[in-house]
Amino acid sequence: MTFWLIQALNGISYGMLLFLLASGLSLIFGVMKILNLTHGSFYLLGGYFGLVVLQETGSFILAVLGASLAIALIGIVIERFFLRRFHLQQLPQVLVTFGFLFIFSDIATVIWGANPQTMPRPELFAGSLQFAGFYYPTYRLFIIGFGLCVAAFLWWLQDGTRVGAMLRASVDNEEIARALGINVSLLFTLVFGLGAFLAALGGVMGGPILGVYPGADFEVLLLGFVVVIIGGLGSLKGALFGGLVVGLLDNFGKVFFPELALFTIFAPMALILAIRPAGLFGRE
Amino acid sequence: MRAADANSSVKSRGIAALFILTVLVLAVLPDLLSTYYLGLVIEILIFALFAMSLDLLIGYTGMASLGHAAYFGVAAYAVGLLAIKLHWSVWSALPAALIIVAAVATLFGLLALRTRGSYFLMITLALSQVAWGIAFGWRSLTGGDDGLPNLPRPELAAHWSLAGDRPFYFFILLLEGAGVLLLTRLATSPFGFALRGIRESETRMQALGYDVWRYKFAAFIVAAVFAGLAGALYAYYNRFVSPDYLGVFRSAEVLLMVILGGAGTLIGPAIGAAVIVLLENLVSAYTERWLIVIGTIYILVALFAPNGIIGFIRDFRARRAKS
Amino acid sequence: MSALSVTDISRNFEGVQALANVSFEVAPGERRLIIGPNGAGKTTLFNILAGSYAASSGRVALFGRDITHLPAYARARLGLSRTFQITNLFFRLTVLENVLLALQAGNTTASPVLRLLRQDRALLAQADALLARWELSEHAGHAAQDISYGQQRQLDILLAMAVAPKVLLLDEPTAGLSAAEVPRVKAILRSLARDTTVLMIEHDMDVAFELADRITVLHQGRLLAEGNVEAIRNNPQVTEIYLGSD
Repeated sequence: MTFWLIQALNGISYGMLLFLLASGLSLIFGVMKILNLTHGSFYLLGGYFGLVVLQETGSFILAVLGASLAIALIGIVIERFFLRRFHLQQLPQVLVTFGFLFIFSDIATVIWGANPQTMPRPELFAGSLQFAGFYYPTYRLFIIGFGLCVAAFLWWLQDGTRVGAMLRASVDNEEIARALGINVSLLFTLVFGLGAFLAALGGVMGGPILGVYPGADFEVLLLGFVVVIIGGLGSLKGALFGGLVVGLLDNFGKVFFPELALFTIFAPMALILAIRPAGLFGRE
Repeated sequence: MRAADANSSVKSRGIAALFILTVLVLAVLPDLLSTYYLGLVIEILIFALFAMSLDLLIGYTGMASLGHAAYFGVAAYAVGLLAIKLHWSVWSALPAALIIVAAVATLFGLLALRTRGSYFLMITLALSQVAWGIAFGWRSLTGGDDGLPNLPRPELAAHWSLAGDRPFYFFILLLEGAGVLLLTRLATSPFGFALRGIRESETRMQALGYDVWRYKFAAFIVAAVFAGLAGALYAYYNRFVSPDYLGVFRSAEVLLMVILGGAGTLIGPAIGAAVIVLLENLVSAYTERWLIVIGTIYILVALFAPNGIIGFIRDFRARRAKS
Repeated sequence: MSALSVTDISRNFEGVQALANVSFEVAPGERRLIIGPNGAGKTTLFNILAGSYAASSGRVALFGRDITHLPAYARARLGLSRTFQITNLFFRLTVLENVLLALQAGNTTASPVLRLLRQDRALLAQADALLARWELSEHAGHAAQDISYGQQRQLDILLAMAVAPKVLLLDEPTAGLSAAEVPRVKAILRSLARDTTVLMIEHDMDVAFELADRITVLHQGRLLAEGNVEAIRNNPQVTEIYLGSD
């Protein structure tokens, strides 16, 4: 029983990181119709930037905020100067975002080397919590709580604010949104920045439990895809549900079928594709 | 109409002449080039076929696959495993590999073709990563990260080995040539014509009575089989197979070759393949940072040559014709 | 037997009733005009007949054969052809290639495999003749996106007619044509042999009344009236909702 509970919590906390990543991917796609392959880099660079800030300042909060904001800025630059001109042109978008994925991957290797880096947990959550007769690391519980808070914030942003209303209008019909006087151009830039911010957030938050290592960019990009394929591109609900499903599947898959770990994620993905090609919460 | 006929016959005669010239040059190359440069030519031939096979999907049918290396790699692993573990000859291993690739493409195609647009991009990439995951994770079969070393060069018959550079080059040239001819024939046939129609308007094709799904499915499998031929030959050439063969980098690289050369032209992607292979060899002599270089090329191509080298030449000619 | 028989067709779009219990029969060789104000459901009806949308309920039969659940391409193969309200061409292919694709679809002379691999030279002659008839020969080598809008509209009709359909659905065949082009299209439609049944949505009443045998009037998704040209002209309900408002 304890085993199952611990593994489930591991899966859920990992799922929350995937949610952070996938919500950005999904948001960017939903509003701008861009499949952002650089998203994995935002996650990885977020982790490395966080590490640097943490080493310099010793503050975990500063690491999280500083790294995520820096990545958001990088995202904004990419959107403004490279993606803006390819609005709704799929192949050039793929080329540009692939290009940055490779460039950032190589730059990260140059700066931080090929070995995995570890990130210490913030002191406040360094210990373990005892409940129901077993110990569980507080930091993982913190991730779960944090992920839920971000989800709640995004929901509020989407459904309860003026910005959210503009977003929904742009998703439904860009031309009408423009006609209503919404500054779609600015909105796109902000959305891309927010998406990058969320990915970086996942990278820094995940650092203490997963480490920061070369190749993580490609790894999480792929998992992010699976999350949005299962949940549906452009759906916040889908990103949360998909994130949790993939987090749990990945965790239990690695425990029970270590040789075929990816399979435990892809088999359900294939199943959902066969039944609902647009994902569980996606729109046709 | 008559003028157009005359024009096209001049054009087709020109193409025939070019083709014969190419064959002649390729035939004498082993006498002119050192082993290293001959190897480069072989790589170019292999990646040209690989890129052309992807062009059938991207340029002709309008389906951008981000996981085309899956088929390249599956065939490479298939010949590798059959030759090393079961000691199959090239005559049985190569056809078997192509059948295996066709089977994998059938399965992947059934899934991927349920979607379109960005979902299709994601699914094809994700499915290719499944293949990569198996190659990487199933160590007892595939050797995992270490790959399959010591793949023997094929023997055409007892005591007729292709271990030497020259015979092996001609073996590759022959199969490549056959593959390229077949693919070109297919692309210019009514089948390839229908694929171009699908690229332009699926709804109109349906209204005319074309079973669009079936055409796309067939194109998906055909493209995979030709990618598989390229992959199997690459395995024989390198005498080694590793998970890199079906990784996302390979898929992205072949995509770049197609667009850099000019999607929808077949010859363009072959040129794109030559450029990338040569560039990679040139750059790797100076720096280890190939990823930064090629990443920059991706962005430059998107910014400055979205229609590729062939498109560039066409625009240039059109402008000159006008002035 | 009716060429086309529509029974109790309904269609909802997210709660909005676009068509409600529409039934009618079209006799072989008939020219049937479908009219109705904007939003009457005319194009929705065409899309359901052609198989682009599924009906929420009801049945469609082509020469007695139930086609309700057939996909669009299968209906096309049974001889049901259509034009599009929003011009739908192979825009980056040449005009000639557009026509060849249409002819190739109906080409049944060779075995299926050969048909996939071998270009039929007879099709080229057929395409040339069609282009000459529609006065598009000089544009044969131009990309479809580069010809005028009126020419694109005509090419759209040409493609639908090139497959030698048994039943032809024309969605506003003269909309967007120049004054000079309308008579040619009218003449071509008039000369269409009677073994083709025609259903036509048309706003130009001169064209419509001249070609039509019978008229079906839709209003707010329902069938309002049906009859010959005289009967519809004199129908006070129709005059009120449609002709009067124009």
